[in-house]
Order: sequence, then structure tokens, then C-alpha cells
Amino acid sequence: MKVLVALKRVADPDNANKVKISPSGDAIDTTGLEWKTNPFDEYALEAALRLTENGKAPKKREGEVVVVTLGPKECETMLRAALATGADRAIRIDANDNELDGRLVAIALKSIVDAEKPDLILLGKQAVDGDSNQVGQRLAELLDYPMATFAATIKEETGALLVGREVDGGVLTLRVTLPAVVTVDLRIVSPASVYSKLTQAEAGFKHGDGVRFAPLPAIMAAKKKPLEVKALADVAGGTQLATKYLKFERPPQRAGGAKVKDVAELVEKLATVSKVI
Amino acid sequence: MSDALVIAELSEDGKLKKTTLSAISFAKLALPTLGGSFSILVLGANATTAAAELTGYGAAKVLTCTDAAFGKYTAEQFAPTVAAVGKAFGLIVATASSFGKDLLPRVAARLDAAYAGDCAGVSAEGNQLVYKRPMFAGNAYGYCTLGTPIQVATARQSELDPAIPSGGASPIEAVAKVAPAASAARVEFVSLEAVKSARPDLGEAKVIVSGGRALKEKFMEVLEPLADSLGAALGASRAAVDAGYAPGDFQVGQTGKIVAPQLYFAVGISGAIQHIAGMKGSKVIVAINKDPEAPIFQLADYGLVADLFTAVPALVAELKKRA
Repeated sequence: MKVLVALKRVADPDNANKVKISPSGDAIDTTGLEWKTNPFDEYALEAALRLTENGKAPKKREGEVVVVTLGPKECETMLRAALATGADRAIRIDANDNELDGRLVAIALKSIVDAEKPDLILLGKQAVDGDSNQVGQRLAELLDYPMATFAATIKEETGALLVGREVDGGVLTLRVTLPAVVTVDLRIVSPASVYSKLTQAEAGFKHGDGVRFAPLPAIMAAKKKPLEVKALADVAGGTQLATKYLKFERPPQRAGGAKVKDVAELVEKLATVSKVI
Repeated sequence: MSDALVIAELSEDGKLKKTTLSAISFAKLALPTLGGSFSILVLGANATTAAAELTGYGAAKVLTCTDAAFGKYTAEQFAPTVAAVGKAFGLIVATASSFGKDLLPRVAARLDAAYAGDCAGVSAEGNQLVYKRPMFAGNAYGYCTLGTPIQVATARQSELDPAIPSGGASPIEAVAKVAPAASAARVEFVSLEAVKSARPDLGEAKVIVSGGRALKEKFMEVLEPLADSLGAALGASRAAVDAGYAPGDFQVGQTGKIVAPQLYFAVGISGAIQHIAGMKGSKVIVAINKDPEAPIFQLADYGLVADLFTAVPALVAELKKRA
């Protein structure tokens, strides 16, 4: 199976409370925050690796994993890290974040799919900076591919995937015929979440928990793996950016921090001060 | 001048879901700027029952499309009809439930429309709609415009009060189903394992009792009596779900459920940024944690530093005394 994985670079999500807003209010300032791969995209990459290997012998890749991002040159650090964890090739579409929205990204990714013809496109369900949650769905529509969003489990069948989606009321299972678009949720990296046709032959096999880390030799070897750079105009044509942010604002801060000494005081306050019980 | 179209959400058994009412509220907020009216589109195996419930909200029309293929939701079946009806409107909106978040970006792409997801509100700048979006795990609001003739948005349920019936009787009008594209034949609805619960939905509950990893295997044993005594919904942190102590649809957080109840109990939850993003809109927050340094205490209106395994049963007993 050939899998295309889309990755986005985001400001360290575990320190998202440290993002600043420019004095004029028209930009987000992430100075001081480390760049990280969007966690959901890391999970998509892990799922792609699991789908292209026999879990018992994960060093041998069956098929191909291609990673793609849209971003400036510095994003190549993220792509190299993905190559070190097991991806075969990388593509960077040269762009700045302020030139992009979900519509443009989906249009650009469609041209990459048209050229690469993967069996499966895997993406994180959303990027945790913009929290937009739209690229996978848009891409599926542009390609007229079936999609399964918010995937918690994937099981490969012949020419199809059985995907368990986390929805509001429980777990909804879809069968999508390849080629397809799948966006992944947190639990896709649980030990028993993803089974390729090669791995599921081993009954009861469990992957490691979470995403894998690259060993040092792989990090060295990744420097030699192919990384292609494309111009945004070449993949997105003349599409104009449609989403414009006029201003940013900090949400009101809560005045928390008060303590109660025991359960009796808590119940008393809830009943008489806050009047919520 | 243009109009807004609200996409109704139905449950598996064809009943109208309350989530729809938040999208109606959003459409109503946008109307002064759009200058027109709003209509509601109901797709289902039998759309007429739900449609009848929607005639009292002031819509110009309640549009229905009944087809067996709409009985089990897939975006591939729904999007072509929603887009075909929606292209006569300036704004297409649904609530940002897992249904709305799945469907509307696909509809937007079909119409080459820009999309503002999970909006906390909408206002105007001149004659343009300005969408208010929580970003960076709720640490910033971004205000954006969408420069396409048709605009698509989803509304965050916890930020938009459900619409209240305003009287009147909107006419119900049937619309034709649009044949789906090739992709529809390549997706098959296999099953929905619905979590059965007598408790209120997280999105609609007035009180939520959420637990963290500290509860371990006693998650339900400790929290259920508290939830029962308050008529509360149960929630969980990601850590508790990942560890298998609570089911996935319990998860409250940036990428799980976003909730804003009157009263939120965070029990054994330290307060990771991603969890806070999902509950900080709650009116009153109570935190119970034995670690006095837990970040959740900075946010809580009432913090109780205590061992939850003794504090929660004591709390249940105290509540019973008052009942």
C-alpha cells in the first residue's frame, strides 16, 4: 500500500497558553515556543507506518509512505524527523502559514495526490493551532474519494479499510474502498488500533503504545532520503486565500484559585453562594 | 442580500437532535448582516417528523429530503444534496457535533466555499460576516472573514444557546435528492455502537462530573454515585480514557467534547491545557485533587485538596443530607 501523510508544523501545543497576541491584535505571536509536528499528524504517520509493515518485523516497509507539508524551509526539520521514523520520501510545498487556509491546503494536496496516486491519504483530524478540522474532508470531496474522519481504529482488508470512528454517541464503523481519505483521532496509536493485512495474521499482536521514536542510525540515514520542494503556485494554481483573520483576542481569564477546607464547606458554597445545587 | 441554511441533525432513529437548535441560533445572529431569512434542511429516511418539530422557529421554509439512503449517515450521501440546496444560500451552518464537523467541510469543498469551523459566535464588519473562532486550545479567539460567495460554518454548541420556538408555522417543502458521486458507492456504513446511558448528554448537561487517571479502575464506582446524586453527565480526561478507565465518548477537551455546564466537577484531573480547553466555559468549576499544585486549582472556583477516594463518597453523603 502507498500512503500519503500530510503533516503540519505547529507551535508547541503543550504550551498553547503561552501564545501571545501582537500589540496591534492582528497576529498570533508564538515566539519562544518550540515548533512541533501537529500531534494528530504524528499519529497519522504512525498509523501509516503500521499499515505498511508486518508488526513483527517493522523494519521492512511493504509499500511506501510519503510525507507532505506546506510551510517554510524550517519545516524540513519536521519532514526529516518523519523520514527518520520510517517514511520513505518527503515533499515540501513552499509557503508561509499566513498564505494558507484549509481550502487552499486541500486544493494543493489534491495536486499532490493526482501526481502520487496513493492508495490512502492519512491526516490528523485537526491541527491543534487553528483547530479548524476541515482539510481531510475537503480533500476527500475534491478527489471524490470516500472518507472516514476521526478514526480510532483501522483494519486493512483486501482493497478496503474497516475504520472505527469516534463520534458523539459512540463508535461508528465504516468500510471504505481504497483509494480513500482517513483522518485520525487520538486513540489510533493505541497498541491494538491499527492492523495491516500483514500484521493481523498474527493473532493478538499488539503494537507499542503511542508513536515510535527514531533510532540514531535512522536519523542519520534520513538525511539521505529524498525531499522534494514544490512552489505553492504550481500546486494550488491561482487559488486566492479566502480566509482572512482581522484580529485576535485573548479569552477572558477565569478568576479561580479559591480553596475550600472540606466537603461540608464545598456543598455549603455551591448551595448558598453559587446557587448551582 | 442573502439567506442562511441550517442543516438539521437527526439521531439514528430519525429524531431531531437538540444540537440543531444551536445552529439555528447561529443563523439568526447572522441574519442582520445577510439581510435575508433562514431556512432549515432536514435529510433523513423519514424527514417529515423532525421537520414538523422545526416549523416553530421562524424559518422561511423547512426543507425536507426523505430517502432511504439518508437513514444511515455518510457524508458521501449527504453532501451532494446539501450542496445543491445550499448553493442558493449565502451561509450554510450546522452545529459542530461529530456530524457537522464531518459533513460541512465536505459540502464547503463541493461549493468551493471557505469554512469557519467550531465558531463561538458571529458578528459583522460592514456587510461582511465575522466568525469568532476559538484557536490554540481556546487560548485565543480569532475573528475571520470568508471571501467566497457562499460561506460555510459550524457553531460550537456550548457557546450558542439553543434557539427557542418563536411561534408561527414555517411551510414544509420537499426537495429532490441529488444523486451522489462515485465515492458514495465506496463507503459502507457497517455499524454504530452507541453508548447507552440514562444520563444526560455531555453537550446538554447542567452538571458534569469528570474524572481523571487518578481514579484508576474505580472510575465508575467512585463517580457514578456523585453523578446520580446531581443528575449529572459523566466526563473524563484524555488520560483516563487512554488508560481504559472511561469510554472514548466521555472525553472532554480541545479535541473531545467542549462543554459549558452550570457546574463542572474535575475529580483527580490535573488540568492539562487540552482538558481545560474543553471545560473552562463552565459557570462553576469544582476541583478535587490531592496535589495542591495541580494546575486545575488555578481555574477552579472551589478547590478541595483531598484524597478523592474519601472526599467523593463524603461529598455524596453531604449532598444526600441536603436533599
